[in-house]
Amino acid sequence: MSANNGVIEKYLRTEKLPHIWCPGCGNGIVLNSLIRAIDNAGMEQEKTVVISGIGCSGRASGYLKFNAFQPVHGRVLAYATGIKLYKPELNVICIMGDGDCASIGGNHLIHAARRNIGVTAVVLNNNNYGMTGGQYSPTTPENAMTRTSPFGHIEPPFDICKLAETSGATYVARSHTYKPRILTKYFQKALAHNGFALVEAMCDCPTLYGRLNKRGTGKEMLIKQKERAVQLEKAKEMSTEELEDKFVVGEFVNKVKPEYTEQYDRIIEQVQMEGF
Amino acid sequence: MSDYLELRLSGSGGQGMMLAGTFLAEAAGIYEDKHIVLCKSYGPEARGGACRSEVIISSEPIVYPEVQEPDLVLAMTQEACDKYYEDLKSGGIMIIDPEHVRDIPDINGKVYEIPLTQIARDTVGNEITANVVALGALTAIVDWISPEALKSAILDRTPKGTEELNEKAFNYGYNYTMEKYMQSNSPVV
Amino acid sequence: MDKGRVAVITGNDAIAKGAIAAGMRFFAGYPITPASEISHYCAENLPKYGGKFIQMEDEIGSMAAIIGASMAGAKSMTSTSGPGFSLMQENLGFAIMAEVPCVVVDVMRFGPSQGVATVPAQADVMQARWGTHGDHPSITLALSTVKEAYELTIRAFNLAEKYRTPVILLSDATLSQMSEKIELPDPGTLEIIDRKIATVDPEQFQPYEDDGSGICPFAPYGSGYIWYTTGIVHDETGFPATSDPDKLAIQIDRLYDKINHNLEDIVQVEEYLTEDAEVILVAYGSVARAALATADTARREGIKVGVVKPVTIWPFPEQAIKKVREKAKTILVCEMNHGQLYWKVREVVEGKAQIAFLGQYNGKLIKPEKILAAIKEVTVGVC
Repeated sequence: MSANNGVIEKYLRTEKLPHIWCPGCGNGIVLNSLIRAIDNAGMEQEKTVVISGIGCSGRASGYLKFNAFQPVHGRVLAYATGIKLYKPELNVICIMGDGDCASIGGNHLIHAARRNIGVTAVVLNNNNYGMTGGQYSPTTPENAMTRTSPFGHIEPPFDICKLAETSGATYVARSHTYKPRILTKYFQKALAHNGFALVEAMCDCPTLYGRLNKRGTGKEMLIKQKERAVQLEKAKEMSTEELEDKFVVGEFVNKVKPEYTEQYDRIIEQVQMEGF
Repeated sequence: MSDYLELRLSGSGGQGMMLAGTFLAEAAGIYEDKHIVLCKSYGPEARGGACRSEVIISSEPIVYPEVQEPDLVLAMTQEACDKYYEDLKSGGIMIIDPEHVRDIPDINGKVYEIPLTQIARDTVGNEITANVVALGALTAIVDWISPEALKSAILDRTPKGTEELNEKAFNYGYNYTMEKYMQSNSPVV
Repeated sequence: MDKGRVAVITGNDAIAKGAIAAGMRFFAGYPITPASEISHYCAENLPKYGGKFIQMEDEIGSMAAIIGASMAGAKSMTSTSGPGFSLMQENLGFAIMAEVPCVVVDVMRFGPSQGVATVPAQADVMQARWGTHGDHPSITLALSTVKEAYELTIRAFNLAEKYRTPVILLSDATLSQMSEKIELPDPGTLEIIDRKIATVDPEQFQPYEDDGSGICPFAPYGSGYIWYTTGIVHDETGFPATSDPDKLAIQIDRLYDKINHNLEDIVQVEEYLTEDAEVILVAYGSVARAALATADTARREGIKVGVVKPVTIWPFPEQAIKKVREKAKTILVCEMNHGQLYWKVREVVEGKAQIAFLGQYNGKLIKPEKILAAIKEVTVGVC
């Protein structure tokens, strides 16, 4: 066993490595943080289902030694809802990109959050669609260059954490790939949370978004992340102008509310007690 | 006595024509062990001015499921009467409520004028029971369905505490019709 | 007759009751006319059996949720009508590709787009066959009576479980709202098939390894196995096989073969007075009832009419048509659409009999008298 305490061999399908992600891509860092969190949480692999969407981040489930699958684009949370509701004893982890989660799957995101169903949503936000060649996503900032906004992007972006919070998620946090240990901490809290939990991991796409916006190499982008990240408390004192090209990190929501499948199980109990 | 009967119960929304169809279908199907098909107005039609439920009753399995030429049409309003009488079978029966149907169509058949709403309101004491009064009248005319079977089907579904009211409504409808039309005749269908 | 088991129920309720009798314990749906009553029944009754109901945010989510639940071991179902069926197609393809059993009820309405919600049609016959993209087989059953709605829903689950595939039930607005009397069978007498469950050592398990039967054993989530799958064409390991042309073809063939090698078990067709018939009516669903009634009246008039009623419209009962095409002079296909199954019948008849089509697409059930008139019209001069 190597210095990774065996987590690589235990949780990754090493025969599928090396992964397909580009040099400098943040996805590998997020996956690393996630398996460490899973290991810390002591989750049983055969009782855990990982579902990932379509796109670069969607490849994650194939590297993981869990019950895992990759369904059609954008529907991860709806598949997860079926699994979790039928068998609440399973741990269900959803890995999505920003497009998968907030564009094609946006409807499922807000409703899964609203129901407060106990699944863990991991969002890898690299501000564009990488797999398909660098098109704008719902988190692409205004004025940014992408293959489908060649004259500068004119749409305002979604703040995925705010979207989840407003929709009813009961655990919401954001960090970035320069801080893998913080990501692990948030993932671990999300996995232990009883309700809908979402962790957004800001990660870079140097190959497309970075190149199209002259952000430098993967390494340069990663270092820049540290400068762009603003702690929640500090952000409150900053103006909109000061927050330009920054992102806010921290735990936005952590509260207790009835979890959906537990509520449904109470209905079953009540109906069966009354007899029929 | 026919072994295949098509019945249409029509009125306006809220007069209980859908429920009356269910009573009739369950009486014939479950209590009389006949084959039945029940179709009801659905969607916008059910919410419109005139709606209907249709019941086919047969001693043999029913192949084609829709009413084609009804043997009997009950019309509780003028609008329902105008909309639903035309395909009545030659020699068929219409039951109308004269309080609401003033303009009686010229049909090749027999018209029974029974003050269903008035009986429900004045004698039974609740206008909402007019559909049950109508079913009482119907069993007086159609001997295929026994009053006992229909009464049982109605009581199976009526909310607790309203059994007496419904039974009263049924009996008044039945008795009125027997007295007015059936004294010297046996039932006609 | 056991009065306690006799019920006057609608086609929609019969589907829901049949599903629960078959062991369905997970339902996800989205409100739509004329299918909503199936949801109502499941919402009220599934908790009694420990089952789960959820109204999803749309039909896309409904289809995804029932597939997810089935992967966790549930017999699952959704119900919808044309617009919702369109939205389900992509996920339906995933269920076919990943071989996840489930049942999809499409209570057909009239016309494309919103069409008319409350009137019957048979407009989704080809969508049930080819609605999702890519080469794939389809098992689709058409319902014509309340009794069939109950019995064929049970059969749909049995076929889904046995062949690890989605099964589509086509009903229509007439049957959905119509009540008939049925005698519900004693649950103990029903033949219920459950999917073949993996029993090998988890270390040896390959999710798509053919055990010789053509159908791979299933490992529900939480049963001690760890496996991967994807909607990407995969090999026996469940992982994409996109770089190996031979493996790609093998997997697509396997999807077809598990259906095509079992046609005797799957295909269901009813024949009525076909032996000496000169005119064969081909009709399914509610229209089959008009066709059966027509056969009787036509024979009273001296015209020898018989009926072939496909119950599984997909796979199409080709043998039944091949049999009648030898003797009958005319084959008249009756549908409530602009001509859908007609093309399949025509293909199978191969010009060996006169073929004609009666299509009605006005939101009304075809009347027997109209079919009789069509018979008289098309048989003029045919000998």
